[in-house]
Amino acid sequence: MTKGNTPSNERRRPDRAALAIAVFLAGLAGLIFWDSSRLARINSYSGIGPSTIPFVIACGLLLLAAWTVFEALRGDFPERERQEIAPVVWIIGGLAAQMLLLKSFGFSIATGVLFAAAAAGFGRRKLWFTIPAGILLSLGIWLLFAGLLQLSLPAGPLEHLFW
Amino acid sequence: MSTFEFLLQGIVVAAQPMNLFYALIGVTLGTAVGVLPGIGPALTVALLLPVTYKLDPGGSLIMFAGIYYGGMYGGSTTSILLNAPGESASIVTALEGNKMARAGRGGPALATAAIGSFVAGLIATLALAFVAPFVVKLALVFGPREYFALMVLAFVTVSSAFGDSTLRGLTSLFIGFTLAIIGIDQLTGQARMSFGIPDLLDGIEVTTLAVAMFAIGEALYIAAQGDRGPDKIETVKGSVWMTGQDWARSWKAWLRGTAIGFPIGAMPAGGAEIGTFLSYAAEKRLTKHPEEFGNGAIEGVAGPEAANNASAAGTLVPLLTLGLPTTATAAIMLAGFQQYGLQPGPLLFATNPQLVWGLIASLLIANLMLLVLNLPLVGLWVKLLTIPKPWLYAGILLFATLGTIGANPSVFELGMLLTFGVLGYVMRIFGYPIAPVVVGLILGPLAEQQLRRALAISQGDVTVLFTSPIAAVLLAIAAAALIVPLILRARGRGEVLSQLAANED
Repeated sequence: MTKGNTPSNERRRPDRAALAIAVFLAGLAGLIFWDSSRLARINSYSGIGPSTIPFVIACGLLLLAAWTVFEALRGDFPERERQEIAPVVWIIGGLAAQMLLLKSFGFSIATGVLFAAAAAGFGRRKLWFTIPAGILLSLGIWLLFAGLLQLSLPAGPLEHLFW
Repeated sequence: MSTFEFLLQGIVVAAQPMNLFYALIGVTLGTAVGVLPGIGPALTVALLLPVTYKLDPGGSLIMFAGIYYGGMYGGSTTSILLNAPGESASIVTALEGNKMARAGRGGPALATAAIGSFVAGLIATLALAFVAPFVVKLALVFGPREYFALMVLAFVTVSSAFGDSTLRGLTSLFIGFTLAIIGIDQLTGQARMSFGIPDLLDGIEVTTLAVAMFAIGEALYIAAQGDRGPDKIETVKGSVWMTGQDWARSWKAWLRGTAIGFPIGAMPAGGAEIGTFLSYAAEKRLTKHPEEFGNGAIEGVAGPEAANNASAAGTLVPLLTLGLPTTATAAIMLAGFQQYGLQPGPLLFATNPQLVWGLIASLLIANLMLLVLNLPLVGLWVKLLTIPKPWLYAGILLFATLGTIGANPSVFELGMLLTFGVLGYVMRIFGYPIAPVVVGLILGPLAEQQLRRALAISQGDVTVLFTSPIAAVLLAIAAAALIVPLILRARGRGEVLSQLAANED
């Protein structure tokens, strides 16, 4: 499932993005089959064990994949609206940065970066202003939630100044 | 004890200062998220789940229910003044309400929406209190196979009966199922779909999934639309008070909306949207002023707004009595119960009556608070609409990750949040509904458990599922709910169903 960038000039019939979805669903089904084949040996006397339901779900996914192929070939999928790429990259980048910075730099710095990146995704690109603003806001939230509500938010160099 | 006594006891619980405080926070937050486009009650409850982990269960649940009710009130304000529904149950309100606002009658439109919501909420909450004990009695005769059949029915109605494509609804549901089997099997202790990764053994957190799909997926989607120019906000001109004629035209619509909305919400048949569409259609047919429909007819606001609040109360009937969520918000509230080790269902009424009845009674109080919050203070809520998008969505993302970090500060959990966010974004692009994924994830394991219990009792005989009359009837309804829309769509009558799309809340 990668088709965030399908431009709208790709016309119907056959719908390649929809075919990619069908492949994804079939792949998911394959993954479940592979995983549940490991469990299949252990069966209870009722004939229904931990692998039965996954098997049924995988079969359902295969059917849905086939159905998706059918609709893709008929061009039954709805029109997609044009998607701008840059904002999406900003926001995903911000979330990834937060994920990587969280352990070493603490909640406030990591989340401040996310805040600035998200604002940039929506058109505020003045990072020299939004990053400090985001860090200050996150620090305030950290003090409130970690201090008062005892939520375990990771602390970094900035938080250690206060706690 | 009679229902009435239970309810009185509940009011005593709900009137404790701490619980009143939780209800006030709930309705205030609920109204705010209802007003803001892009975040709904489902997301808000999901965000608050980790934060409220250490709080008192009764109080938190009262707060969540307040958010649900508040979201239904707040959504109407955005619909009327902005012509962009704040949440999906208010789409119909925008049809007539925004026309009224443009004609300078925004005040009466807001008033009829708020008072209608109040009347409907009051009647429907009382109906909930009186219907629930009967459903509980009925549920006591339910065995595993009846529960399984009921869940199958809920799966079908949530995913495929409404909306514009059976295929996409079912695909969403099965993605939810796939995520649901990740983790340790509850009956045998086998690890499934976890590939030796310890973080996956606990399964996928409902809150992580819901926050990712609703907050991150939505933010990505809105951002990817680019700048489409500012929306026009209608100001409230003239008096907010309704004239005698407005009252005369509204009150019947309120009652009809309530009568339509409550049963629709109470049946395992999808979200509040459906009731609002039916109510609108009914008002259009019954009105004495057909020429006003499409140009700002007050009945067209009063009926659907009453219907969506009534169905919010109706949704709580299957949730509390059977443990069966029929909307995304209800699914996340179920996760909220589970977080405190409580399983909604007939037993909860016996083991924890104070909590259940306190919750129901607090809804009556919440409803009163909402009327006060929404009528005189409407100007304050309108100001929320002027927050610039970058700050609004940056803030939403901040709180979305805050909830996840608070619950489990690991890189892996944030990675899942990001992955599901991107998945939600891609699903939105292609028109896949989000609610079935959430419902599939939370209800899937419960359905599997019931099915395996039923089959263990019958020693593997599958026909046992159809030999109980109740189960057979429920499965037959589920089959009809799957097949009839398919035929309707194949014959080109699908528009009605896609309008009834039960999507977010």
